[in-house]
Amino acid sequence: MDTTTSKGEPGLRNYLTGFVLALVLTAIPFGLVATGALSRSATLVVIAIAALAQVFVHLRCFLHLSFKDTPRENILAMAFAAVLIFIMVGGSLWIMLDLNARMMI
Amino acid sequence: MSDMASAITPREREEAENLEQREFGFWLYLMSDAIIFALLFATYVVMTVGTAGGPSGKDLFSLGHTFAETMTLLCSSITFGMAWLAAKAGRKQQVLMWLMVTFVLGAGFIALEISEFAGMIAVEAGPDRSGFLSAFFALVGTHGLHVSFGLIFILVMSGQIAVRGLNHYSMSRLFRLGLFWHFLDIVWIAIFSIVYLPGLL
Repeated sequence: MDTTTSKGEPGLRNYLTGFVLALVLTAIPFGLVATGALSRSATLVVIAIAALAQVFVHLRCFLHLSFKDTPRENILAMAFAAVLIFIMVGGSLWIMLDLNARMMI
Repeated sequence: MSDMASAITPREREEAENLEQREFGFWLYLMSDAIIFALLFATYVVMTVGTAGGPSGKDLFSLGHTFAETMTLLCSSITFGMAWLAAKAGRKQQVLMWLMVTFVLGAGFIALEISEFAGMIAVEAGPDRSGFLSAFFALVGTHGLHVSFGLIFILVMSGQIAVRGLNHYSMSRLFRLGLFWHFLDIVWIAIFSIVYLPGLL
């Protein structure tokens, strides 16, 4: 995360590993949707898992986040944003889906 | 950069701290941007069923088109990584070359997106058609606008590096541009996994 003092900076290998992993994690969900090999719900689960995995690959290999080298305040800011997103997105979906279910009766 | 760090004056240290603060500030901006996108996603998910008798995702989305968009953006992420590695090695011409490749790929992504939007609007499926399409255009359009601003950022950055060369300031700005560019690719993962693929199922 620090440009001015390079300490154990990740190199080409890191980017290429990330790129190959990202390609695989993109090919799996697209392939499943194209072929319709699995049932609808199983495909959705695979899409979600592949997406989460790919987000972690990008964070690690392209943004070079790590618990060791990234400043703690950056990790804290990200954790705080994650909590806010969880509360706001989770809350919105909960309220709207509940409302939808009650209005349908 | 290590040879520059060996003979560091107090003024240089102050400047380095200043740049670190800017990097943290940019990180905070990205986190707030992530919250904006998360709420646009929440809106989209709620509105998915609100097609008002109009076309749904299944009628409008194309798997091949989405795959092409995904690949151009992913490739632009890796070419930006190459630009960053070249910058760390101090190779100015290579940095400019990789930034141009990144720019071309990013512009290709925007061109694909504009053709997709134009095709949808041509079949009466614009943002005014239904709640679903309003939410779709708001979410994907916001991402497209971010990428467009990223393209301007790349051009400005290339000009600055071409004229002033690689120094602490341009390295710090290039680093922040990298954060922005890779962040947009992460948002795109969420877009194809929440909008396009489930829509096509």
